[in-house]
Amino acid sequence: MDISALPLGEITFTPEGGLRLGALARMADVAADPAVREAYPVIAHALELSASPQLRNMATIGGNVMQRTRCSYFRDVSAACNKRAPGSGCAAREGYNRGHAILGTSDACVATHPSDLAVALAALDARIHTRGPGGERTVPFADFHLLPGTTPDREQDLRPGELIVAVEVPPHPRPLASGYLKVRDRQSYEFALTSAAVALHVQGGVIRSAGVAAGGVGTVPWRLRAVEQHLVGRRPAGGLWAAAAERAAEGARPLAHNGFKVDLLRRTVERQLRIVGGGS
Amino acid sequence: MSSSQPVSGDPPPDASPWHVSRRTFLVVTGVAAGGVAVGLAVVDAAAPDAGTVARVALAVNGEPVVVEVDSRTSLLDLLREHLELPGTKKGCDAGACGACTVHVDGRRVLSCLTLAVRLEGADVVTIEGLAPAGGALHPLQAAFIEQDALQCGYCTPGQIMSGVGCIQERHTGSAEEIREWMSGNLCRCGCYVKIVRAVEQAAGEV
Ligand SMILES: Cc1cc2nc3c(=O)[nH]c(=O)nc-3n(C[C@H](O)[C@H](O)[C@H](O)COP(=O)(O)OP(=O)(O)OC[C@H]3O[C@@H](n4cnc5c(N)ncnc54)[C@H](O)[C@@H]3O)c2cc1C
Ligand code: SF4
Ligand code: FES
Ligand code: FES
Repeated sequence: MDISALPLGEITFTPEGGLRLGALARMADVAADPAVREAYPVIAHALELSASPQLRNMATIGGNVMQRTRCSYFRDVSAACNKRAPGSGCAAREGYNRGHAILGTSDACVATHPSDLAVALAALDARIHTRGPGGERTVPFADFHLLPGTTPDREQDLRPGELIVAVEVPPHPRPLASGYLKVRDRQSYEFALTSAAVALHVQGGVIRSAGVAAGGVGTVPWRLRAVEQHLVGRRPAGGLWAAAAERAAEGARPLAHNGFKVDLLRRTVERQLRIVGGGS
Repeated sequence: MSSSQPVSGDPPPDASPWHVSRRTFLVVTGVAAGGVAVGLAVVDAAAPDAGTVARVALAVNGEPVVVEVDSRTSLLDLLREHLELPGTKKGCDAGACGACTVHVDGRRVLSCLTLAVRLEGADVVTIEGLAPAGGALHPLQAAFIEQDALQCGYCTPGQIMSGVGCIQERHTGSAEEIREWMSGNLCRCGCYVKIVRAVEQAAGEV
């Protein structure tokens, strides 16, 4: 079904200072929007580090959040894949799984969620607005992407006939420093091995609120609440970033080929906390 | 590299009563006000997964065309297989290489991931339409020749269409910036250094 003619392309700020991105807004247009760059650099960075200029000129905010995994077995119809064919097994578990997830995995599926934008939206506590035959709904971003569990074929909290109409970022206390770091096998035009989205509100020399999320490591965009909790109420300092980032891989279950992601994730988070929060 | 298959259900080009050479296509569209329907993607109703056929009016390199396309036909296949504009190349057919880059409504996009049925009223420019026929080359085409920015040439039409977009978007502040904003175009022959130089040269001229 072609939804491209629907009037869902707007980029607007709410009176309270939140940001509303229409589901059909193009990635390139959102990334280039001066007001978005000013208020939420983490969104612009995540978008500009995604895909390629040509793809960003075409692809939409709704489509990016909805995109499916890049697990190569998922796209290989000769391979067993519970996400594509429920009950058939998971070729990645015993196969080549260097790019797969270490967090949120299940026996049924270990595929990573590939979106960069979604990591930024997770850190910013975004909400998804949907519309369908049953009316309108608002879903917290953290609940929108479903953990694979025993049903990896079910990926989003979207009911039959429902569309995403917009993504909304609630107002954040200001000043808000934010940014996105993406680590990958080649410098550009590549999905993340690990990534980190960080948004910090520092006032009076103390971190009052923190949003931290990681990409490339989770079966869904991965919010790092343990890292956030370690930051809030403390003063930005060199040692703090490492201590907080130490918690980034809590609960990680590495596979045969992706054990390197555990350490890489901690270092990615530490580096991005330092870039956004300052200090040495 | 994937092979170019006609859209499923298409009769082979030679057997098609609708087959038009590029020359007849241009003559026909040149005289018809508002374009003319060139019979395309004649879907065999007996084909197991026949899609629906839609009529789309668009402009390709400034010429109005009306085409009937299977709803699954990509812009890339429309250009190469039906409009006989093979300058746009098929590398991966999956969004990963940039060889198929064209401009739609002034923006650089991948034609392999663009469904032709979505292009009602669109303005498409391909490498064939970048410079006027018989006229001077576009400055970036000239720069590619001067800088010797190609070997086999397969990626070149996509590089040039993408480079023109990169220049229009003003992402040519430094060689580093050009590399990042040209990263959607892969070159198997590894001509990147000279491609960046060609974009730098043309950016200074246009
Ligand atoms: C080579 C390549 C590299 C890429 N690299 C990256 C990367 O590094 N980082 C990254 O984040 N992304 C990357 N992407 C993904 C890309 O950025 C796009 O987000 C993705 O291709 C989706 O494009 P689209 O918006 O055209 O969605 P579509 O392809 O149109 O849609 C994707 C899915 O979402 C559904 N959908 C679309 N809109 C809605 C809506 N409003 N409501 C409900 N469902 C909807 C569609 O039905 C479909 O199932 C890459 C893609 C390619 C091809
Ligand atoms: S990891 Fe998930 S998507 Fe990949 S093969 Fe296993 S079940 Fe399929
Ligand atoms: S053919 Fe490779 S990106 Fe379109
Ligand atoms: S010149 Fe051969 S692929 Fe680029």
